[in-house]
Amino acid sequence: MRAASRPPSPTLPHKGEGSPLWTPLLIAIAIALVAWLALVPLGFMLWQSVLSPETASSAARFTLDNYRTAYASADTARLLANSLKFALGSAALAFSLGTLLAWINERTDTPFKPLFFALTLVPLIIPGILFTVSWIFLGSPKIGIVNLVLQRIFATDTVFINIYSMPGMIWVDGLHYSPMAFLLMTAAFRAMDPALEESAMMSGATLPRILWRVTIRLASPATAAALLILFVRALESFEVPALLGLPVGIEVYTSAIYDAIHAYPSEIGLASAYGVALLVITSLCVFLNLRIVGRGSRYATVTGKGFRPRVMRIGRWRYVTAAVFLIYVLLVVVLPFLVLLWSSLQRFYSVPTLAALKNLTLDSYRTVFAYPAIGTAVWNSIVLALGSATLIMLATSILCWIVVRTKLPGRALLDNLASLSLVFPGLVLGLAIMVCYLALPIGVYGTIWIMLIAYVTRFMPYGMRYNAASLLQVHKELEESAAMSGASLATTFGRIVLPLLKPGLIAGWIYIVIVSIRELASSILLYSPGTEVVSVTIWEMWQNGQYVELSALGVMMILVLFCFVMLAEFFGRRFGMVEA
Amino acid sequence: MLSVKSLHTDYAAAGGAVVKAVQDVSFDVPDGELFTLLGPSGCGKTTTLRSIAGLERPRSGSIALDGRVVYSSEKNIFVAPNRRNFGMVFQSYAIWPHMNVFKNVAFPLEVRKARPSRREIEQKVMRVLATVQLADLVDRDATKLSGGQQQRLALARALVMEPQLLLLDEPLSNLDAKLREAMRFELKRMQRDLGLTTIYVTHDQSEALALSHEIAVMSEGRIVQIGSPRDIYERPRNKFVADFVGSTNFIGGRVASAAAGNGRCGVATALGELNVQCVEALAKDAPVVISVRPEDVELYEAAPPREDGDNVCTGVVEAKVFLGDYLDFQVKVGDSVLLARVHPSLRTPVGHPIHVRMRAEKCVALAESSASRVAA
Repeated sequence: MRAASRPPSPTLPHKGEGSPLWTPLLIAIAIALVAWLALVPLGFMLWQSVLSPETASSAARFTLDNYRTAYASADTARLLANSLKFALGSAALAFSLGTLLAWINERTDTPFKPLFFALTLVPLIIPGILFTVSWIFLGSPKIGIVNLVLQRIFATDTVFINIYSMPGMIWVDGLHYSPMAFLLMTAAFRAMDPALEESAMMSGATLPRILWRVTIRLASPATAAALLILFVRALESFEVPALLGLPVGIEVYTSAIYDAIHAYPSEIGLASAYGVALLVITSLCVFLNLRIVGRGSRYATVTGKGFRPRVMRIGRWRYVTAAVFLIYVLLVVVLPFLVLLWSSLQRFYSVPTLAALKNLTLDSYRTVFAYPAIGTAVWNSIVLALGSATLIMLATSILCWIVVRTKLPGRALLDNLASLSLVFPGLVLGLAIMVCYLALPIGVYGTIWIMLIAYVTRFMPYGMRYNAASLLQVHKELEESAAMSGASLATTFGRIVLPLLKPGLIAGWIYIVIVSIRELASSILLYSPGTEVVSVTIWEMWQNGQYVELSALGVMMILVLFCFVMLAEFFGRRFGMVEA
Repeated sequence: MLSVKSLHTDYAAAGGAVVKAVQDVSFDVPDGELFTLLGPSGCGKTTTLRSIAGLERPRSGSIALDGRVVYSSEKNIFVAPNRRNFGMVFQSYAIWPHMNVFKNVAFPLEVRKARPSRREIEQKVMRVLATVQLADLVDRDATKLSGGQQQRLALARALVMEPQLLLLDEPLSNLDAKLREAMRFELKRMQRDLGLTTIYVTHDQSEALALSHEIAVMSEGRIVQIGSPRDIYERPRNKFVADFVGSTNFIGGRVASAAAGNGRCGVATALGELNVQCVEALAKDAPVVISVRPEDVELYEAAPPREDGDNVCTGVVEAKVFLGDYLDFQVKVGDSVLLARVHPSLRTPVGHPIHVRMRAEKCVALAESSASRVAA
């Protein structure tokens, strides 16, 4: 690649004539803002980790006991091993599934691709708690439908699958987050020149070899970014370890933190000490990623030449790839949804039988509509999701540009700061923000703004990754030619960079809208009467044992969000993919 | 007139080492002329061009156009690229894929401080599109253009801003051979018609020879020779230039008789003593290399007429390659092999003896040590 032999160059104006004064100012503001969002919770977590529990009789005091309990007990190694096993397994499963599906969808002539695309995204909109509950209905050793069916067929009492196990946890979590890998890798595939794959085909390589030797390698900055996100997210995963691991004593960091917070008296210090362990692991990942991004120009596969995306004709393999999609959709969409739908039509949960078929009722739906504050919760969820997604994507596009394109001092710091909240489990972030704004008298506490702050802080790293992945794929000369045309930095950004980032912006925006609506761990600590969101309502129902009502609300939520994804995908294809 | 004075640029390579990309580069380009920076990849030609554009900030030196200083390390002046009003065509063309042909070209006008009226923009865009013969494709998506059309679009976008200086970064390197040749003529015609001062960067010597008023050959960050195309080709100052610009035969030897008044000298070589052209004064016994272009190695089946100063010897045809409009012969003379480019009518079979004539003014003696010498 000729561009690789070019020296790296500063594209920002320097001092002297024509240097806009607002540039350094903007960067200073960006750093200050990001530092505020990311560092305040971090500071609070560290502060908490060296305090003893506060009770009615004794005030908090300085102690290192939390660290002793967290790192020097017999459970330390087991907890770490469990967490890594779970996170690695889940990330690997999600990534393999997501990449395979993304490639099939973007590069082959498999039939019904648009339908498969939309269906693949469905698990993203299912809140973790719903997905986990539906797999409990399916895979529990006692009431799991899969077990019951297999036992009926083979006339035996053997338990075929047990969802309450490490493989069960990895299965549910990896399956649930494979659409995230799918979205990340789709963006990477869309930004890649198909001629590179075609030349591998001409060299006599078979399809799997092309996928493994060329496609994945070329997408390696995006691949590394995707793996990083998946791994860190699995470490943060809360619902699956809490619902599947805790009943059988498999603890990971998040469920340990949850246990600590819910102990009496609440052991926030111990929870924070566990949080520090997560922080060390995830910081390492962010550092690795920064190094990958640093040598990204080698992989700039989009140039101004503008190629046309082409798909490979894979002949009879089309039926195999279509079957892969079908089985996948069955596992992540159809079965979980059907089991929820079944449950929502019952008065009390029972296994599907002909007898139970007679008791179908819509009572649970009536109960949901009569549920207190359901309207407020829906409205709040929508406002928060749209607001945080728009804010994050626009802000991080600027931050990313500074990090990837300029040679400014402090850009690595900016990237680290903006990615820092990746290290916060939702529970700890929620707690830190809660106490922080309780202490700061700026009138945020108890309003919807505190939740917006939490969402923006929590999901900003995703915006950074989406924008970085697509910015790395945009050739620098496209910006330089705007400068040579006389465009200022701001004009270049608005008229060249943003439109070129559009596929990534839209993908990231959709993703953040969805995870915001799904968000539970932070919201659960930050909501007050009047600022509930839908996921909190579902959590309350689970706590109350209202399984059929939970299923009814879940079914409606999934249907609405499904329509949203269809619409977003439609508009994405119409307006966003000119250059992809 | 563009005037570049002792430009130095370096940048940090991976691992912290400092790479001296451009060292002490100076040249002047008179108004309306096309000036080419020629050299192999990594020689600093693109860095020089980008420094003129303002996309790269040199370490020291100065750049001025018609007396307007756009960069000077001494006076601490650096004009941002978007304030220089230089048009540039990038190697990748950098056509914005999210805009159609019209919008790509209109962009430089739209982002101006004093933005022209909508009608004026349309007129200007259409005029320049007509110049590059893209007027019928005005509504086409930029990504749906062929390579040659994209190249012309990039040129139109650079021309529409009526730049004071046009910068071309290997604009033809992404085109196929036939198109490249056609575009070469078109570029030359347009440049001469518009009278636009132009800096052209290329690694293709035939492009440089065909287009330029003047050529600077660069190697390892320095300019090794500046001259007219004919100068560069016929009077290379050193081995690097002779080798890089066109193909050539090198014959090693020592100066046998020093230069007479006519700039000739005698050189003892494996082919015998040759009469050659001396560009600089050479001492007796100094080691030299003689450069002879293949088309200047004339072949005859019968002994050729020998005029004063001609070098004549005989050899054997070792191999030949038919290339359509000419033939390449490899002729073995003694132990050395000469490459000769001749008219295809010569049909001497391989293995047969043949006469060789090289005119003295076509043989250029180059001091062995001058390979790294910098042209004044």
